[in-house]
Amino acid sequence: MPDRRPEPEALLAQVREEERRATRGRLKIFFGAAPGVGKTYAMLEAARARAREGVDVLVGVVETHGRPETAALLEGLPTLPRRAVEYRGIRLQEFDLDAALARRPGLLLVDELAHTNAPGSRHAKRWQDVEELLGAGISVYSTLNVQHLESLNDVVAQITGVTVRETLPDSVFDQADELELADLSADDLLARLREGKVYLPEQVAHAVERFFRKGNLIALRELTLRRAAERVDAQMRGYMREAGIHATWPAGERLLVSIGPNPEGARLVRAGKRMATGLKCEWRVVYVERPGQAISQADRDALAANLQLAESLGAETAVLSGHNTAEEILAYARDHNVTKIVVGKPTHPRWRDKIFGSVLDQLVRGSGDMDVYAIRGDVEAPGRRPSPAGRRSPLAEYGWATLITGACTVLAALVFRRLSTTDVAMVYLLGVVLVASRYGRGPSIAAALLSIALFDFFFVPPYYTFAVSDVRYLLTFAVMLVIAMVISALTLRLRAQAETARERERRTAALYAMSRDLAATRGRNEVAAVASRHLEGTFGARVQILLADEAGRVAIPVGAGPAFPIDEKERSVAQWVFDRGQAAGAGTDTLSAAQALYVPLTGAAGPVGVAGVRLSDPKRLQDPMLQRQLETFAAQAALALERVMLAEKAQSEQVEAEAERLRTALLSSLSHDMRTPLGAITGAASSLLEGGAALSEAQRHDLLKAILDESQRMNRLIGNLLDMIRVETGALEVQRDWQPLEEIVGVALIRVEERLRDHPVEVKLPADLPLLEVDGLLIEQVLVNLLENAAKYTSAGTPIEISAAVRDGVVQVDVADRGPGLPPGEEGKVFDKFYRIPPATGAASGGVGLGLTICRGIVMAHGGRIWAENRPGGGAVFRFTLPLPSHPPEGVPGEPAES
Amino acid sequence: MSDVGPLVLVIEDEPQMRRFLKASLESHDYGLVEAVTAREGLSQAAGRNPDVILLDLGLPDLDGIDLTRRLREWSRTPIIVISARGREQDKIAALDAGADDYLTKPFGIGELLARLRVALRHVAAPDGGGEPVFEVGDLKVDLAARLVFRGGAEIHVTPIEYKLLATLVRHAGKVVTHRQLLKEAWGPNAVERTHYVRVYMTQLRHKLEEDPSRPRYLLTESGVGYRLKAE
Repeated sequence: MPDRRPEPEALLAQVREEERRATRGRLKIFFGAAPGVGKTYAMLEAARARAREGVDVLVGVVETHGRPETAALLEGLPTLPRRAVEYRGIRLQEFDLDAALARRPGLLLVDELAHTNAPGSRHAKRWQDVEELLGAGISVYSTLNVQHLESLNDVVAQITGVTVRETLPDSVFDQADELELADLSADDLLARLREGKVYLPEQVAHAVERFFRKGNLIALRELTLRRAAERVDAQMRGYMREAGIHATWPAGERLLVSIGPNPEGARLVRAGKRMATGLKCEWRVVYVERPGQAISQADRDALAANLQLAESLGAETAVLSGHNTAEEILAYARDHNVTKIVVGKPTHPRWRDKIFGSVLDQLVRGSGDMDVYAIRGDVEAPGRRPSPAGRRSPLAEYGWATLITGACTVLAALVFRRLSTTDVAMVYLLGVVLVASRYGRGPSIAAALLSIALFDFFFVPPYYTFAVSDVRYLLTFAVMLVIAMVISALTLRLRAQAETARERERRTAALYAMSRDLAATRGRNEVAAVASRHLEGTFGARVQILLADEAGRVAIPVGAGPAFPIDEKERSVAQWVFDRGQAAGAGTDTLSAAQALYVPLTGAAGPVGVAGVRLSDPKRLQDPMLQRQLETFAAQAALALERVMLAEKAQSEQVEAEAERLRTALLSSLSHDMRTPLGAITGAASSLLEGGAALSEAQRHDLLKAILDESQRMNRLIGNLLDMIRVETGALEVQRDWQPLEEIVGVALIRVEERLRDHPVEVKLPADLPLLEVDGLLIEQVLVNLLENAAKYTSAGTPIEISAAVRDGVVQVDVADRGPGLPPGEEGKVFDKFYRIPPATGAASGGVGLGLTICRGIVMAHGGRIWAENRPGGGAVFRFTLPLPSHPPEGVPGEPAES
Repeated sequence: MSDVGPLVLVIEDEPQMRRFLKASLESHDYGLVEAVTAREGLSQAAGRNPDVILLDLGLPDLDGIDLTRRLREWSRTPIIVISARGREQDKIAALDAGADDYLTKPFGIGELLARLRVALRHVAAPDGGGEPVFEVGDLKVDLAARLVFRGGAEIHVTPIEYKLLATLVRHAGKVVTHRQLLKEAWGPNAVERTHYVRVYMTQLRHKLEEDPSRPRYLLTESGVGYRLKAE
């Protein structure tokens, strides 16, 4: 019993479809068989009815072609002004997409869905405008004639003899929410034509007679009705699916179309679409690329166009790579559960299949339970134009072949007297093998033929004629020819394989090199620079990466000169690509007037930027292989960019949280620690002012001294707070300069001289201490803070020692005291912000608890380390390291002997 | 009374600072002219012909360094700039623009008076006034004989050490920037290589100071240059 449950994939697709429809605008197409059947009229009538219901109807673009009854229907409906476009001196009036998007009507009328926009418009086709409108949630009414439908395009051309260039992908038609048929019998239409009620553009006037034949019109009408019926059928199936009616669940056919690199592939693609529609099944189009196969630029363009056509008709496309076309197709078909394979009928002579094998034959034999359809179109047998992938000029190769054969003749002439004629043939054979192993098939065959001729002429009796007296020489000739062909074929294949392997190797290596470099890069601008450098190297293009800011606006990263000029127009293309998440620009259908191809850089969580790729030959951008590779590289770059952006975000959030904590602590510090000295100053000053003569000279002096001391304390406090803010906010600028530690210690000692007057200070610096590349002012501050701390927490008279030593590539500086030491276990905490140890008895009250935190910030900014220990025998020692520079400073010039 | 002592022009926008300077300078027999803006300062400098100018670098209307440069276009009056700690680049720029010395806020009156005395002395006797012998503490430099003594004993110095020392002696009591010293000893091409000066100054200290890590004569002005103690 067949399984009737809907496939999960189908259910998922249905859910997606519903989601899409919930936010999208609705598209209604008024569909007709030919111009003049009344599509626009029907559309306007329907729109008026909606306007009466209160819908905000806006006329985006409607062609009345001067017909009064149509124009009358336009009255009373608001109309969007057209956008004037200058193209080659002609002013064209185009539909204004941006104005429509800005205006956001409830219903927009956009006539002639298959219209091609003037060059320079955002999209090449009007249906793409409509897609964007629908995506923006605006509902659209539009009109379409059957001959514009992509899959019917060639059928209509066969019926009427008129090829229509403006086509609409069937997927757009099939996804329309509603279809209304504007139907008119052939006789009525011809009557209207005679009455002059049908407008025809001048350029097709000559085709009118051919087009408007009764037979044609009947055929077109049938085609129209059938296509409309197919759609109704599809809707019916959709309804049944939604309602869970299983009776006619689709049979699950899957179709595969294989095309070759030639213009005829388009016919195969269209035929595939018709079959797929008839079978109501999904379909795929593949092309098998054979390594080493030379394809002309024209064929490459055609291939790219055909793959694009297939995609626009709703097929999935793939480019496969392999030596055996049939095997690749079959392997792909099995992987994707294909049930039917469509290939073109071979058009080459039959003998080639006998020699080289036939793709069709192999397909049929290997297809198993798949059906293979060979239809009119074209698939070339492998081996066509297998000119070597080598880059040597063919003329030179033929020259070498002739030269080698000539050399063989000379050699043969030298040995001829002593050896038999058969041995002479061997000499020629050697020459042929040499040529065949080095040059292509042509030169080998030429060498074989030339050898035969020379051999015959000089060494086969009768001499100096081309006549052959002995028949067995004919066998020798044949063997030489066959050997030439076999060896050259083998050589060619080997060379092609090596070439492919090299090319693949190169791309893989390039991709690997890029991901390795990206992994080692920090900072979004740096990642962008690395990615564009690798893209440029791999694709030989100019690449500019644009990154999005928080508002979602893409721009060139700061500090990077653009790889090619990006004006506001180019940027807006990039912006469009970023917003929609699909590639656009040169080489695509969308915004193709742009200078470059813009590829979205989409990470796991969404788009992060856009890569603009500009090639000197923009046509190469249409190459599907190149586009696919570009996508692979872009995906790598996007992931790397996303990684650094997330890291930066996390970091900035952390910095913000830290800054918030600091602000709170600073506020409390300001309110408490600053008020204490301020209180003392105010008190002392007011006593002096008001005490007057009552104060003794000694009291007066004490008060004044208090004011001075407290002011200086406040100054230090402010200095500390400022340093702290600099350390914490990353505003700490390290201005390195070469200097002796002794000088820095000297300045620090003078600055704290007053506060250290009760402590003997011993300085022990080795005489050979190298110069340090540090910010002298900052290291001075570290020493000042450490010395002040020592003075603050130790009792008077105890010594303080400053020493330094070089060890393990760093200079370690110690500031040691003989005070009470640090509370055990708290040695690491003393560097924390606002950490305070109760000061020793009698010492001035403690600071804010910032001094050591500042020291740590400064030392770390220099790439060093700071820590504290308790000394054996009592007291604390604060140690910090400063890295020794790997490159010593420019030597100080010596002087001549002292005078 | 104002023509008793030297006349000081104070260009300072903060009233508290002006009040402090007025009180302390007048009590030490200096005459005082005040200017609140740079513009006013320029016209006072031209109109009152002061002996010394005290200039705050943080003026609202014109950058103090520019003002120094404009004053130096026509005036040789000593300029002492006042600036905050951490603004070493400003100090160097002001000195390069022609200022004679600087004071770091906050400063005490003793420091201010010492700077004023040095500035006035240099006006009275530019470049040491041809005075052949400089003496401070137990340090003695005989510029005529090119000899250096410490505690009566002659000290051997190299030619470059002597050039540096002689430069400091000519500007005794005033700050001399690294740049100025480099130019004097090595010529104008070496002005970026401040570590030359530092290395030689260390050598000089080892020869002339009792405790080189706590110099008494060859004082370091952090981030700016050196000053030879003059009194």
